[in-house]
Amino acid sequence: MDLYVPIVVLGALAFAFAAGSVLMAAFTGPKRWNRAKLEAYECGIEPTPQPVGGGRFPIKYYLTAMLFIVFDIEIIFLYPWAVAFESMGIFALVEMALFIVTVLVAYAYIWRRGGLEWD
Amino acid sequence: MSVPLAAPDPTLQSFGQDPWWLIGGKVLAIFVFLVLTVLLSMWVERRIIGRMQLRVGPNRAGPFGLLQGLADGVKLALKEDIVPRQVDKVVFVLAPVVSAVPAFVSFIIIPFGPTVSIFGHQTPLQGTDLPVAVLLVLAMASMGAYGIVLAGWSSMSPYSLLGGLRSAAQIISYEIAMGLSFVAVFLFAGTMSTTGIVNAQADRWFAVMLLPSFLVYVVTMMGESNRIPFDLPEGEGELVGGFHTEYSSLKFAMFFLAEYINLATLSALATTLFLGGWRAPAPISTVWEGANSGWWPVLWFLAKLWLFIFFFVWLRGSLPRVRYDQLMKLGWKILMPFSLGWILLVATIRGLRNEGHDMTQVAIWAAVVIGAVLLLSIAWDLVGRGRGDGGEIVPDLDGGAAPEAAGGFPVPPLDAPHYHGVAREGADVTAHKEVASGSH
Repeated sequence: MDLYVPIVVLGALAFAFAAGSVLMAAFTGPKRWNRAKLEAYECGIEPTPQPVGGGRFPIKYYLTAMLFIVFDIEIIFLYPWAVAFESMGIFALVEMALFIVTVLVAYAYIWRRGGLEWD
Repeated sequence: MSVPLAAPDPTLQSFGQDPWWLIGGKVLAIFVFLVLTVLLSMWVERRIIGRMQLRVGPNRAGPFGLLQGLADGVKLALKEDIVPRQVDKVVFVLAPVVSAVPAFVSFIIIPFGPTVSIFGHQTPLQGTDLPVAVLLVLAMASMGAYGIVLAGWSSMSPYSLLGGLRSAAQIISYEIAMGLSFVAVFLFAGTMSTTGIVNAQADRWFAVMLLPSFLVYVVTMMGESNRIPFDLPEGEGELVGGFHTEYSSLKFAMFFLAEYINLATLSALATTLFLGGWRAPAPISTVWEGANSGWWPVLWFLAKLWLFIFFFVWLRGSLPRVRYDQLMKLGWKILMPFSLGWILLVATIRGLRNEGHDMTQVAIWAAVVIGAVLLLSIAWDLVGRGRGDGGEIVPDLDGGAAPEAAGGFPVPPLDAPHYHGVAREGADVTAHKEVASGSH
């Protein structure tokens, strides 16, 4: 666990610095109330009314996140394999090749279905 | 020389033995180093970009304008801290912190140098090292994306929301290619600890051995840092400031700080994984024995780090912004399959060599396989193009009227209604008058 102590210490220091700065900014700056200043900035026109709880956004972003999970998990499987490659020999190589090909099938499917298109 | 031989290169076992004051000292040193690097790299960037654009750049604050970053910071602190009315207050305040903290943390596993003696303590010049050190960097990069996407979402403004979403999609897309570019490094180093990776490059840098991985990393590095040519999340021409449009004062400064720290972290990671970390470049280390011991390696490390930072700035001064679909296409359709193929190739060659196969034979087979893959991809492309024209796979939902009008170029719908604002404060939301832009 000793290895992780510096990470926690640096994290705490960074948090103290960032949180301190954000809190400090509320006191150091001037406060001049102005109705327009407190509205969303849209280059001068009056702001577009936003639905409560966030607006809708294109489904493509959601799809990208789903695809990311699939391929990120593939990468997570690749890492231990790469680290232990020397000790596992040709068997692990063939196994991993089969795994990558399997995922590539899914990848090809997504590509053909237009999952990777941005128009 | 009669000095005792330099301490052996640090390994994973060298860590976790520091007394508390040394831990505190290292953490503080890394923190100060990062803040100074940010202040300096802002100045360096503006000066270099200034020169590239035939201007002078900031030269007023301090000698050569060196204190410009500090002056900017103080000025930002003295500006009004605006929290717009419509925002989700808790998340809005938290987002800059969420963005900045992970940026700091990932630098802790970057090796600055070999084992040195500090007040009689033999200790490696590195915050700490883990068996999964590189994974920590990837995890922290993902945490930083949270800060950006939360900032965009909590601002409740169209520019911010789009900027945050774009940024999240971009970061995760490029993280895949970046993660894949690391696999070959782990394969050759046999470890994920940064010390082990630097030690594995004693003979030859991975940038030489694994050039394709290095190139993929350099491209993804640009994508991860949200900078030109991939700065879509804050593209000034279209999204004002992107996710930080609504931020001001030190909250804005936190995003800026995080961006520049990420720049330094990505550069340091590139140095560590591909350019031999703190090891001296080949001509120096061959003629000078002491180049890789004591405090000298810090110099090599900083030189390589600043080389990469300069590279970032150079690109910013040279390249235009790419389009978002081009960005996604590069990440998903080019970098990812290329990396996967490269990993398979490298692993196969290495596996066969370990089995004691003849390397020329392996090379011939590799050439055959590469040729086959290339042929296959070309065939795939041709088939795909033929089908795409038919429109069987991807139905064209717009009816295709708008593109034809502009000679096939994608244009925004010109007749779409858009809002010209609220007539009166507190009026019913549904009562807004929609005005077609043509009549204005």
